[in-house]
Amino acid sequence: MEETHGKGPRYGMTIDLDKCTGCGTCMIACAAENNVTVLPDESDKQRNIAWMLLYKITNGKPFPHTEVSYFPRPCMHCEHHTPCVSVCPATATRMDPNTGIVSQIYTRCIGCRYCMAACPYHARNFNWYDAYFPKGKGLDKYLSPEVSPRMRGVVEKCTFCHHRLMRAKEKAYAEGRRELEEGEYITACAEACPAQAITFGDLNNPNHKVSKLAKSPRAFRLLERLGTEPKVYYLSSKEWVRKLADNYRPEELQPVIKTKTG
Amino acid sequence: MEKKTNSKNTSVVGGILFFLAGFIGSLIVGWVIFPMVLYSKQPQPLNFSHAIHMDPERVDGIEGDTETEKCLFCHEFREDGTFAGIPRLSKCTECHDDPDSPLGETEEEKTFLKTYVASEKEIPWLSYYQQPDCVYFPHIAHVKMGELECKTCHGDHGHLAQLPPYESNRITGYSRNIWGKRISGYKKHTWDRMKMDDCAECHSKMGHEENNACFVCHK
Repeated sequence: MEETHGKGPRYGMTIDLDKCTGCGTCMIACAAENNVTVLPDESDKQRNIAWMLLYKITNGKPFPHTEVSYFPRPCMHCEHHTPCVSVCPATATRMDPNTGIVSQIYTRCIGCRYCMAACPYHARNFNWYDAYFPKGKGLDKYLSPEVSPRMRGVVEKCTFCHHRLMRAKEKAYAEGRRELEEGEYITACAEACPAQAITFGDLNNPNHKVSKLAKSPRAFRLLERLGTEPKVYYLSSKEWVRKLADNYRPEELQPVIKTKTG
Repeated sequence: MEKKTNSKNTSVVGGILFFLAGFIGSLIVGWVIFPMVLYSKQPQPLNFSHAIHMDPERVDGIEGDTETEKCLFCHEFREDGTFAGIPRLSKCTECHDDPDSPLGETEEEKTFLKTYVASEKEIPWLSYYQQPDCVYFPHIAHVKMGELECKTCHGDHGHLAQLPPYESNRITGYSRNIWGKRISGYKKHTWDRMKMDDCAECHSKMGHEENNACFVCHK
């Protein structure tokens, strides 16, 4: 079922890789905000869960020319032919045409993990175990009633902190408004980022900072040529970072984006 | 020959009777005995009378022009738009502030003052309409923006003199009000059932198809 976007907001994010220091605050803020479970053995990286995952990439050159960049990766909330949505046999995930957010309904998920195989960004995680928050370590203190818990056997992923949108809407209704102001709804990672590398807002609203940044010449998207139209834009002035963001054949050496530094 | 037809008729009648006996028997088991086994009944900790509180001749402290506004006097919205639901003791003690001087004459109120107000203990109310963890429901979107009356979904709860017993499903732990009182799923009033399809049905009827997207009511 293909859905096209309505007139409403289309929430999206830009992540400025030139600003990102790789501190990992976004990962922590995300996990704390969304009741993301920990494993008894967190070093088991094949089975641990991270909605926001930080990758480290290098240009692969020897010492004096080595460059490093960090790559925070939430769910891309693909706009077009959303791969996870198109394969889900249980309709447990859908792209909401009114917000652009790709939902994941845990009570509906049957745990087949087809979506995980379909997602080109590895943005989805499988719950191998029931949620676990060891007592006495403070992990149970930040649990939020606004995010529903997940059980063993279902898939979960970044929801663009959807509950924060609901919270913002309730506040707007209390004040008699239907429209949200810029900044009333932002994700936990965007709020926590100490370098302010993450900007969140409505891509359809030309006044929002995020929609201006998404049109910047530095902007690119991950695996853009797949045509999934991700709503997460990255900003980088480094040519090699942009090249790593998509699959290029060796002979395709022309720049990804017109080289105007913005 | 005659004898044969007779015995055939008897066997048909007997068969129908046998079928009906089994059919009615299983209906009784399914619709009467099964719900009795499935649901546990618990009385509320205190018999609060909505009828007394909503009657302006007996209680004049509850302000509001419409019935909804009167409900909202105790079941209020917080400043950030969230719904407080069942009021906490502090709301009761805005009026019932002195444990030694009851405002009315009922025995219930004396028990309430002695057990809860004097010792400042919260009343452990049982919530009839507690939805599962995966459900998000904003009251403000429906009551303020949608201009729905409370009784549209909750029935005439505001005029009951006695709180009905709280019934919970022994297997799932959810309140019976969610599944509905009738085990067969037959629905006559809007407040008979509070399941996903009931929400979706009303959204569609009111012309808000867009609110049937998953992430509107799920969290």
